Amino acid sequence: MPTATEKFNHADDATAFVANHARAKWHDQALWFVRQKRDRMANSLPEWEALRETASSIKAYTIAHLAELLEQFERQATKLGAHVHFAKDAAEHNEIVLGILQQHGVKKAAKSKSMLTEECHLNPFLNRHGIDVVDTDLGEWIVQLRNEPPSHIVLPAIHIKREEVGELFHEKIGTEKGASDPTYLARAARRKLRETFMEAEAGITGVNFAVAETGGFVVCTNEGNADLGVSLPKLHIACLGIEKLIPQAKHLAVFLRLLARSATGQPITTYSSHFHGPRPGGELHIVLVDNGRTDILRSDEFRRSLNCIRCGACMNTCPVYRRSGGHSYQSTIPGPIGSILAPSRDAETYYSLPYACSLCGSCDDVCPVKIDIHHQLLTWRREIAVRGYLPWSKRLSMRMMSLVLRRPWLYRLAGSLGRFALRWSPRFMIYNGLNAWGKQRELPLAPKQSFRALYRQRQAKNGKS
Amino acid sequence: MPRVGLFIPCYIDQFYPQVGLATVTVLERLGVEVDYPTAQTCCGQPMANTGCTDQAAPLAHRFFEIFRDYEYVVCPSGSCTSMVRTHYDDYFQSEPAFEPFKHRVFELCEFLVDVLKIDQLGGKFPHKVGLHNSCHGLRELRLGKGSETVGPAYNKSRQLLAGLNGISFAELSRVDECCGFGGTFAVNEEAVSCMMGLDRVADHETAGSEIITASDMSCLMHLEGLIRRQKKPLRVMHIAEILAEAMTP
Ligand code: SF4
Repeated sequence: MPTATEKFNHADDATAFVANHARAKWHDQALWFVRQKRDRMANSLPEWEALRETASSIKAYTIAHLAELLEQFERQATKLGAHVHFAKDAAEHNEIVLGILQQHGVKKAAKSKSMLTEECHLNPFLNRHGIDVVDTDLGEWIVQLRNEPPSHIVLPAIHIKREEVGELFHEKIGTEKGASDPTYLARAARRKLRETFMEAEAGITGVNFAVAETGGFVVCTNEGNADLGVSLPKLHIACLGIEKLIPQAKHLAVFLRLLARSATGQPITTYSSHFHGPRPGGELHIVLVDNGRTDILRSDEFRRSLNCIRCGACMNTCPVYRRSGGHSYQSTIPGPIGSILAPSRDAETYYSLPYACSLCGSCDDVCPVKIDIHHQLLTWRREIAVRGYLPWSKRLSMRMMSLVLRRPWLYRLAGSLGRFALRWSPRFMIYNGLNAWGKQRELPLAPKQSFRALYRQRQAKNGKS
Repeated sequence: MPRVGLFIPCYIDQFYPQVGLATVTVLERLGVEVDYPTAQTCCGQPMANTGCTDQAAPLAHRFFEIFRDYEYVVCPSGSCTSMVRTHYDDYFQSEPAFEPFKHRVFELCEFLVDVLKIDQLGGKFPHKVGLHNSCHGLRELRLGKGSETVGPAYNKSRQLLAGLNGISFAELSRVDECCGFGGTFAVNEEAVSCMMGLDRVADHETAGSEIITASDMSCLMHLEGLIRRQKKPLRVMHIAEILAEAMTP
């Protein structure tokens, strides 16, 4: 989270990331590799576009009927023996989870990947109350050991090189110095995490899809850590945003096919675990969290952003994200979709995120639920201007530009003056600290005459007016 | 033959007049009657993309008034065409004539392929060309199939180029990644913008492009700026310039 004293501007963090060119290049290529895997998987299904369309309409239906579906889910889940809680915001969510853990005297919990608990900053909250939470997803665990937030929603440690993981493990869990073999490191992590699984008195998980019809839910992982985390202790707490609902179990057939293909380019995640009520002798709590979602739901422009199934494909394809790194967004959900969600929560702080985008539109086309991401980012820019969060210099220059462009004579004059200045000014006048364009780029060579002048001459020559 | 109102984006008017002239040449050689209304300035995209829609609105209305009576409007820029066709709706909520009008506004290649139904232009262009698929043309106007989508492949710009004798294509490793221009993005996010551009240039160099072409001069302005600064032996040409050169005996 940005601090209040320094105004957060994505471009500053991005510039710092790009400054380490080798790393930025490596990051770009690592994510592009995932994007290519996604392309291959998508192309293996001729019905891919129809599947996206179906998913999009199911989500649109869900969001339009969210209140009923939530009630239905609550009823069904309760019938199955689960305790269902509703939290209006992050603070309430954290209190509920803490309350449940305290009631059971839990001192240590194993948590599988959940962006919602990241969003609510659950870990530090529980730590403050003397409860140890261990993230059991390997990537999440790595960033937890480094005491930093994930930089990607599916690949939390994508910004870290394996040599750095080797160093981290050497320091924290005593692996051999200099060891960076992934298999060796993964084995060491597994051994260490096993201890957590054995000691944990509660398992906390996220949820990928909650089915209103059945009251059940699905958690997708590649490591099986969610299953392990909730199979040993008696207590399972599942936390989810209210938009994670889908109406019927059969809809899983659509979403499970899309999710892993879009996320990592796998046909399906290694584990898609279905939970229907607590396991025998156990206790299951489901915490449904709003935390600003109903505000988004009420807005015609941004409602569709709630369709998001958190696959991360828009990040993998985003040419800006790939080169600026997830942390440059300073928000739990980075990248294109994060740049819609963050200003929905706090437009003043995150005003720069909708501008961290070249409007290439690639995100719209990979999104498995067809969110019109780049159009929404454009709409956010308008909102930001309307609410007055745009720096005055930008507002003024746009105003001036519009004034000129509304008057053809003034436009012609400004054009000739500009070209004249470009042709005749000494280089240092044009290429200096004030000219961001010219830092790494030449300006176009100004021609003597504009198109309109040349066109007029051409017409005159051809005997036309 | 149809009568066409020529829409020349402001930066082409001011910095790349030869691209405007090439557009006129291509259209006239195909028998199109071209008219360039001189009251035009800019479609308002820079303001709209900054979020200053109230500054863009008067320009959108001017545009509509200037061009509304033409049978077709043709523009050598996918991005500016898309501004009109994809992003103007908000400004014309109470103007029913806008909806049919916007479907008469075409990007140049699109006009040649979809309206004039041209499969192949004559002429030769014996060079190795790298086609940069500009984003708004590709993903908003759908001038080609983007690499993200699944379905039959097509590409209107490439189709026109492929018909020229002697041309060969440099095959890129990332066929339609953004060049990083993005309007004000180019200066707001200078570092990322330039890295994106340099990555594109490198891809073209590896693929052996002699000339980088695109249907948007703005992308080429950015790429050329980087190329010239680094003194690389690549050239950029707008697709209209290539077509005009090939068609000129
Ligand atoms: S917005 Fe779409 S592509 Fe991005 S994470 Fe959400 S579902 Fe995936």
